[in-house]
Amino acid sequence: MKKTTKPFWWGLFGAGGAMSALFIPILLFLTGLAIPLGWIEAPRYEALLALVKHPLTRLFIFALISLSLFHWAHRFRYTLYDGLQLKHLNELVAVLCYGSAIVVTLVAGYTLWSI
Amino acid sequence: MTQNPHYTKHHPGWYRVRMPIFWWVHKWVHMKFILRELTSVAVALYALVLLFQIRALSQGPEAYESFFAWLKTPLAIILHAIAFLFVIFHSVTWFNLSPRALVVRIGKTRLPDAVIAASNYVAWVIFSAAMAWIMLTS
Repeated sequence: MKKTTKPFWWGLFGAGGAMSALFIPILLFLTGLAIPLGWIEAPRYEALLALVKHPLTRLFIFALISLSLFHWAHRFRYTLYDGLQLKHLNELVAVLCYGSAIVVTLVAGYTLWSI
Repeated sequence: MTQNPHYTKHHPGWYRVRMPIFWWVHKWVHMKFILRELTSVAVALYALVLLFQIRALSQGPEAYESFFAWLKTPLAIILHAIAFLFVIFHSVTWFNLSPRALVVRIGKTRLPDAVIAASNYVAWVIFSAAMAWIMLTS
């Protein structure tokens, strides 16, 4: 049987799907809506920095960003394939999708490491 | 004659029905499928916003202040509101589909789908409360 990398990408897709489903709604609601709209008092800069500097927070945010991007890459790739019928561009789309996820992962790793 | 003549087998040509690009707009179930797949765009965009927020945070109070000022603009609020609807749709469809991917057996009996889906929702509530508590009491 031909060996493919499909299970690997699917695994990242699944992990990212679960993690983003559990954590992004509350995070997005707090950081993007409730706090900017003043429904909830904004945390102080120092407090937020201290929170993000904690190794566990960094690891969590890194995993969330990276896996969310791999989740998108896999899903969006097949949306273009099935939805917009871009079957002839299959390889290019795959490289661009997974490639951007890899780039964002590296940037996130560097940003969180050097904070 | 050492050269192999290049020949191809007779190939009768594929029978393929050409699908129109927007095949999915006519039926609500198909539309819902595409919308569900597109929730991943909202997920990725939010991950990028989070990354920019962390970057601003690491660059000092002024950088963070100007990022926060952007978050308060009407455009940012509207984009976040739309993205919020999409990520809620993602969570709900993901949790409801999880029994299809996850088969849990206790002894010989298979855990019912409803139990697996319900446990996802319970985890969702607990994790959301924990996140809010960590962020707002720090």
